[in-house]
Amino acid sequence: MALLKVDDLKIHFPIHGGILNRKIDEVKAVDGVSFEVREGETYGLVGESGSGKTTTGKAVMGLNNITDGDIYFEDSHLNAKKGKKIDVRNDIQMIFQDPYSSLNPRKRVIDIVAEPIRNYEKLSKDDEKKRVQELLERVGISSDSIMKYPHEFSGGQRQRIGVARAIALNPKLIIADEPVSALDVSVQAQVLNFLQDIQKEMDLTLFFIAHDLGVIKHMCDRIGIMYQGRLVEEGLTEEIFNNPQHIYTKRLVAAIPDVDPRNREKHREFRSQIKEEYQQSFYDYFNEEGLAFNLKQITDTHKVALPERG
Amino acid sequence: MLNQELLKINNLSTSFQIDEEYYAAVDDVSLTVRENEVLAIVGESGSGKSATAFSIMGLHNRGKIEGEILLQGQDLAKLSTSEMNKIRGKDMSMIFQDPLTALNPLMEIGVQIGEVLLLHNKNMSKTERRNYAIELLGRVGIPRPERTIDQFPHELSGGMRQRVIIAIAIANQPKLLIADEPTTALDVTIQAQILDLMQELKDDLNSGVILITHDLGVVAEMADRVAVMYAGQIVEESDVESIFVNPQHPYTRSLLSSIPATDYAQDRLHVIQGIVPSLKHLPRTGCRFKERIPWIDDDAHEDHPVLHEVSEDHFVRCTCYQHFYFPDENKEDQANGVTEG
Amino acid sequence: MWKFIVRRLIITLPQLLLMSLLVFFMASLMPGDAFTSQVDPSLSPEAIEEQRERLGLNDPWYQQYGRWISNVAEGDFGTSTAHYRPVTDLIWERMINTIWLSLLSVIFIYAIGIPLGIISGRWNDRLVDQIITGYTYLGFATPIFIFALVVLFFFGFTLGWFPTGGSVASGLEPGSFEYIMSKLHHLLLPALSIALIGVVGTVQYLRSEIIDTKQKDFIVTARAKGAPESRVYNRHIFRNSVLPIAAFFGYEITMLITGSVFVEQIFSYPGMGNLFIESILIRDFPVVTAVVLLFGLAAILGALLSDIILSIVDPRIRIK
Repeated sequence: MALLKVDDLKIHFPIHGGILNRKIDEVKAVDGVSFEVREGETYGLVGESGSGKTTTGKAVMGLNNITDGDIYFEDSHLNAKKGKKIDVRNDIQMIFQDPYSSLNPRKRVIDIVAEPIRNYEKLSKDDEKKRVQELLERVGISSDSIMKYPHEFSGGQRQRIGVARAIALNPKLIIADEPVSALDVSVQAQVLNFLQDIQKEMDLTLFFIAHDLGVIKHMCDRIGIMYQGRLVEEGLTEEIFNNPQHIYTKRLVAAIPDVDPRNREKHREFRSQIKEEYQQSFYDYFNEEGLAFNLKQITDTHKVALPERG
Repeated sequence: MLNQELLKINNLSTSFQIDEEYYAAVDDVSLTVRENEVLAIVGESGSGKSATAFSIMGLHNRGKIEGEILLQGQDLAKLSTSEMNKIRGKDMSMIFQDPLTALNPLMEIGVQIGEVLLLHNKNMSKTERRNYAIELLGRVGIPRPERTIDQFPHELSGGMRQRVIIAIAIANQPKLLIADEPTTALDVTIQAQILDLMQELKDDLNSGVILITHDLGVVAEMADRVAVMYAGQIVEESDVESIFVNPQHPYTRSLLSSIPATDYAQDRLHVIQGIVPSLKHLPRTGCRFKERIPWIDDDAHEDHPVLHEVSEDHFVRCTCYQHFYFPDENKEDQANGVTEG
Repeated sequence: MWKFIVRRLIITLPQLLLMSLLVFFMASLMPGDAFTSQVDPSLSPEAIEEQRERLGLNDPWYQQYGRWISNVAEGDFGTSTAHYRPVTDLIWERMINTIWLSLLSVIFIYAIGIPLGIISGRWNDRLVDQIITGYTYLGFATPIFIFALVVLFFFGFTLGWFPTGGSVASGLEPGSFEYIMSKLHHLLLPALSIALIGVVGTVQYLRSEIIDTKQKDFIVTARAKGAPESRVYNRHIFRNSVLPIAAFFGYEITMLITGSVFVEQIFSYPGMGNLFIESILIRDFPVVTAVVLLFGLAAILGALLSDIILSIVDPRIRIK
């Protein structure tokens, strides 16, 4: 069942210019994106800078103005214009990219983790403290450290504190926006393992946004590839990596370095082949504006943006 | 046949002052780079890999440098700043991590390339410099160089800026190129392009390259030799194939099995226990990796770990590699390199 | 750049309108009105009322404002109630004096501030920087009027090196060399007083700007090119640090023109600030209104000038 449903989402940012600084144009950061995140799965949204992946994630969190389209969580319409706003924000939480800047350096751990609890629940001081200690233990941080400040922790530990805050209200969906791209390899492994554990334990659904295809491949069940505000391909992880159909996906997959140096020449050749194919067949895959076509179902699970053929 | 030795570093130590006391961020490092060879220095933050690069370039103004840095036989560590300035940008140059901040925001691209030409070729005229800068921009794959030359950095994309930085680095056909995380800030398709470009330029110029990175994928794509650094020391050094196919040091093996979505990784990524000690709290005696693999017997480590040549041209520090296993390992060969067949 | 400047000019218009409205209402709140002086006090209340009606003082405010602003636009600020002279004449000579004072102060500020800031930023935390920084703290802590008084007392009265009042010695022919020298002689002490205190902001700003720029990655790039330290500083660090200072030029001027109130008073220098205080003391409201309006105008134009300079020197704005 779809926990999160994004339907034809459009987010356009105005460009101001001219003498009176009026809106003269707009950037179509997200331009008609539809996908579903199913209960219990990890859905990965991949793309390069400017692809609109982060904008999409923020829109689900309600941090961006939506130009057009709908977002549903369970059965509630998140961006309904009429009627009362349904507050599902405690069901959706976000983990951010940079563990060094996403925690307020002047706040103690207890205040950071308790913040969402204070917004939604009234707890006595003692109960709140107990709750925070439980949460910290759950993310593998000593419950004695509630009075410490963020700078007293390492990068990996900070990211865990961010997670403790995110799971404080028992959310159903966690949006992780590049949660490991600022971390060293070994710390990254720690955070990824831990996200998988917590997902299993709490029955969470993960909406994973990243540019690192290795991380995405390791974490996700299904993947959507974004390019210039549109999805170019969507499918199961195996389908995307073993049988990419769209030329952009192919190029992205070919660009991942191969960790076996013995395949170096082969891989380099393959990459230049794909590059050539990309240049030659660009207009087979993109319209005149260089944008992707609408997604078309090619198997039950696999969708590719291909043009209408007569 | 081995190429000619270009750079030879003997027992380099670079120390920084913290609270009146000097601490070595680079500790007794010896390396060799040959012509037309890529030496990758791999490690995580705090490993001393960038400090090594900056020491070679003489860009640490507060650090204390000991040991020899011989570039074509000349000891850079003994040179004065003005003597270094004749070499920097000419015989050796550097490519930086962040193309957004490595260019002066208030200077046209052409002026920034022209500067490195002016500094080392006093008799080049302004027009010659300009024409050559345009040629260089074309050489690094910038589509409309005669336009780009008059643009400012903020008008270019990240990938284009990195190409400009490379153009500056290769302007005087350096013998040695030092690339400090050259693709970390770039998108993956751009990364591939930049790596290809660097490879091509290296072949053209017959230069030696030191590639500083934490990304093992980039190493596998680019390097001929690899030095793995941990806590200021080289813990393993060998040709690239041995490092990936037959890694020996516990740190190298741990690192390889912590990268997701590779043949090394299992469903569960390997996590190295503990954290990298800070410069001030580095264990200065015994094996520096000891506290991160506490399940390995104390006797497995040497008291004064040195590099052992475990096979031809493959060096590993300390004896603990002989006794190392992963704590959750039930099969001996698991994560022990790429499984054959 | 042109678009930016034109847009900036357009924004200035409503600013000016708003400011003039504020000044107008402030003026109408003052006891009496702009035309009180023209009314003969011996007349009967009915006659006064008739006079007021004739002069348009009972018209709705916007009509009065319209008349006032169009007079102002023609340079007519009314008549001084104390001097029975047109305010415009009164202000004109004072304004010239204040402009000279400000100009010299600004020259001093940059002549002192830029070298001090550069030295302090380049050798930060060395002894020379500690001395300069110590001076800037002192400068911040010292009120200008106290400093000006001390300077006046010491150099003007005790040592007698400088005149203690006025803007030029009497009896000299305007335009002659002696006349100009005498003007400069009168200007020197007040301008230095302003500069020595006013410079501290520039020094501190430039210092922190240089320390900041020193750490930038592109400085490492410059060193890696083999650029000698002198070039690294001159071409990369100073250039990039001084540009924001250049942009403050407009604000600096505004600050000086409006900030000269105390200093002119202390040195009995016949400028706008001096006139302002005199007029308040003798309740010469037409003059006060005019001076406030001109000060406001200076502030708005100064900000405009700063933005225009910034748009010219910074390519990130220039190219848009």
